[in-house]
Amino acid sequence: MRLAPLLTVLAAVVLEVMPLPPALVPFKPDFVAVALIYWSLAAPPALGLVSALLVGLALDTLTGSLLGQHGFCLMVIVYLVRKFRLRLRAFPAMQSMLVIAGLLAINEFLFLWIDGVAGRSVAISERWPPIASGTLLWVLIWSTFDRGREHAPARL
Amino acid sequence: MGAPSTASTDIGRAGALGARFLLLAVVACALMVVDRRTPYLASARHALSVGVYPVQLLVDTPSRFWRWTSTSLTERAALLKENERLKREQLYASARLQRLAALEAENARLRELLESTARVTDRVLVAEILSVDLDPYRQRFNINRGAVDGAYVGQALLDANGVVGQLVQVAPMIAEAVLITDADHAVPVIVSRNGLRTIAVGTGDTGKLRLPYLTNSADIQPGDLLLSSGLGGVFPSGYPVGRVSEVRRRPGQSFASVIAEPAAALDRDREVLLVWTGDDDPSGLAATGTTMRRAWRRIDAESLPDTVEAESTKLAESAGAEAHVADVRETP
Repeated sequence: MRLAPLLTVLAAVVLEVMPLPPALVPFKPDFVAVALIYWSLAAPPALGLVSALLVGLALDTLTGSLLGQHGFCLMVIVYLVRKFRLRLRAFPAMQSMLVIAGLLAINEFLFLWIDGVAGRSVAISERWPPIASGTLLWVLIWSTFDRGREHAPARL
Repeated sequence: MGAPSTASTDIGRAGALGARFLLLAVVACALMVVDRRTPYLASARHALSVGVYPVQLLVDTPSRFWRWTSTSLTERAALLKENERLKREQLYASARLQRLAALEAENARLRELLESTARVTDRVLVAEILSVDLDPYRQRFNINRGAVDGAYVGQALLDANGVVGQLVQVAPMIAEAVLITDADHAVPVIVSRNGLRTIAVGTGDTGKLRLPYLTNSADIQPGDLLLSSGLGGVFPSGYPVGRVSEVRRRPGQSFASVIAEPAAALDRDREVLLVWTGDDDPSGLAATGTTMRRAWRRIDAESLPDTVEAESTKLAESAGAEAHVADVRETP
């Protein structure tokens, strides 16, 4: 069971760098962010801040961003999810969807902002579609996998 | 554990979470700053890239498998046809190459006469592009050669048609390259028709280069061939970079808007060439700059042998002129 989070995150990293048909590339969701949000919401001890940072470092090496750039953004959203976890779990579906969209937006824009500060050129308009597709992906995953958890005793 | 009230554990944990977050955030920020400003993290990146190498191989596997299947399922007739075409091309290319060898020798001799540095032949190595998707907003890709093969940061990449890009990061087995059309990349070029020197900047679009530093009165027109000038010391001189496709002179502004199309097939390449230029003599750079400018004047080159041939003619002319001057000096 402890292996599941690790495997999902690894799969998310692989999906993140998997080549897609050019038409789909702009809509590629941030798989790693969605996976980390899911596990911090479903079973918090599984993946924490340190693992978010480590996964981020792996992504930085794979995609050639600054070391720590992905890690920082992922850590921020993992922190937010864990801090407001109980409230998030109690939200109705629509509301939690909005929150997730907000979290993914924070992730994207932190990344963009760091790029800007580091003096790399940025394109803002292309950062919107991944937020939408990421939210859809999250809805899909959450509605599929969390059914069984609802009646399990909540771990605080 | 004993059982303190849940509430207090929660509060304690929340505090610990906040503290841990702050600590790790500071670590991440420090990493970013150090990575941006100093080269100290290069070895850490090396180590990490060895760690993620399996992921890159894994991701490249499906497309490798697909290519393998499609080549092994190609029809015999199609293969024969392709073979024939390739043989023809090979014959044609080697015929041109013979001419090139003779011209190169002549060029070197003439350059000696002019006492300018000879252009050294470049050594190349074929590298395969890995199907690993990097940040889609940057034009970067990985190749399957690394420090083990002698690749180095700043090394130029070519394909059959022209300049592709340069290496920005080199790990033992893999290297990351940036295309000349990346928005953060610029390459010094020379207009082959008149020797005008300028800089071609990427736009973030694989089909476009910008030439932002040309004034409205600059002598440039659509169809002009841009060659790498060799200034800056990264790209070897004389390779095609692109062809000017659009020139708009805007009366209100001091700079013209000039767009060029890259010569290399940037979005269709599967293989690229890594180039090692011979010894990069820093004193040779200046000499190359001046003689090149002289030599490139009025040359409209379509491909490498042609440019070399034209340069040879130019050099012969100037060498002849110099010889003549020498004769005159000797006679009295």
